[in-house]
Amino acid sequence: MIRSKILIRLVRSLSKLGSDFIDKVWRLGAGARLFGLMLISSGESFRRFRLVVREVYFTGVMSLVIISVSAFFVGMVLALQGYNTLQKYGSSEAIGVLVALALVRELGPVVTALLFAGRAGTAITAEIGLMKATEQLAAMEMMAVSPISRVIAPRFWAGVIALPILAALFSMIGILGGYLVAVPLIGVDSGAFWSQMQANVDWQFDIVNGVIKSIVFGVACTIIALFEGYDAPPTAEGVSRATTRTVVTSSLVVLALDFVLTSFMIV
Amino acid sequence: MDRTTIDLWVGIFVALGVAALLGLAMKVGNLTTSNIGETYMVEAAFENIGGLKPRAPVKSAGVVVGRVEGIRFDTVTYEAIVSLNVDKSYQFPADTFANIYTAGLLGEQYIGLEAGGDEEVLKNGDKIAHTQDAVVLEKMISQFLYNKASEPAPATAVPAESTKTEDDALTENPLDDLVN
Repeated sequence: MIRSKILIRLVRSLSKLGSDFIDKVWRLGAGARLFGLMLISSGESFRRFRLVVREVYFTGVMSLVIISVSAFFVGMVLALQGYNTLQKYGSSEAIGVLVALALVRELGPVVTALLFAGRAGTAITAEIGLMKATEQLAAMEMMAVSPISRVIAPRFWAGVIALPILAALFSMIGILGGYLVAVPLIGVDSGAFWSQMQANVDWQFDIVNGVIKSIVFGVACTIIALFEGYDAPPTAEGVSRATTRTVVTSSLVVLALDFVLTSFMIV
Repeated sequence: MDRTTIDLWVGIFVALGVAALLGLAMKVGNLTTSNIGETYMVEAAFENIGGLKPRAPVKSAGVVVGRVEGIRFDTVTYEAIVSLNVDKSYQFPADTFANIYTAGLLGEQYIGLEAGGDEEVLKNGDKIAHTQDAVVLEKMISQFLYNKASEPAPATAVPAESTKTEDDALTENPLDDLVN
């Protein structure tokens, strides 16, 4: 009797594992299909660019404050921590290089993408999920307006435009924060700070690669947020779960992609 | 086309992004200092380049005059061929010396050019004839040990129970002196 109960439980948990896995694969395929459909029908977002501009305002401009403030503090912490270690080796002038390389290569694109997923990605998911729950998307289809070209595509292109701009701002503001801590507060020489930075930060290998990273993260974060919203069950609970999944999936995908991209970029 | 405040804000946003990229390029990166002037390429062959890497600086009297463009291996002479991009505004005599130096104790390696006295100057595609290899630490240590071993050993350093004859001293392992 007890034996058969254990057996039933084992079979159930195994079949749950299998169905979860199949569900994940199904969602991956559906997401890829949405991505392809969206690319095909994104002509309208360029003909009516006003739609994209509106979304750039909501995803990019509204994220400016959180991006600038976090960049400022990240830069300041980098300078403090870097100085603490570098001065043991008598090379505290290298603090400019450390702050700039860390921000331009890694922290700028990655932290911006994580904040973007939390600030703009959740908003996109919740908005589209709610549009679906209140049958606005179905109403659009009734009026022969494709929700993919009217709702999904402009948001996608807005995210792809906004994230690199935010990442560049993050790096620049972070470097200014690091400068404020290193030069006026700690007393590192200002000339050495900038000249060492300029000697060791390369335009193509560091800055352009950072921009490429942030474009890829923009594509990933936005398409995940859009798919989660589009795929959300049309209930209050479904939308809230989809919003949570957006943050979790985007963060994991960004960190994994970061490793892959970095291994391609480091020769 | 009517203008809205959203357009204004997006315009400010994009302008800020462009300004940040420009700032990164000009103030943080080395876009202003590299590859702006015209350059000419010369080649130099080294038997050993140590840890020299592409994009390493080429200096003369401590001033950066160019960058290492590429490094390749010549299968005929079994030497490393280093191509250097030198700024057009710096002309060097044809008998210029190219040495591989190390910046600091653990620092990166760079190429130092020492001007010779020739009337002719190096042109694009020329080859620098006089080169000096990178200093390899292992080679230096083994040379030092070899020199030490070939010196007459002090009497106290030879242990009493040594069975070596006088002839052995010429062929003995240079490390013996250290071990004893």
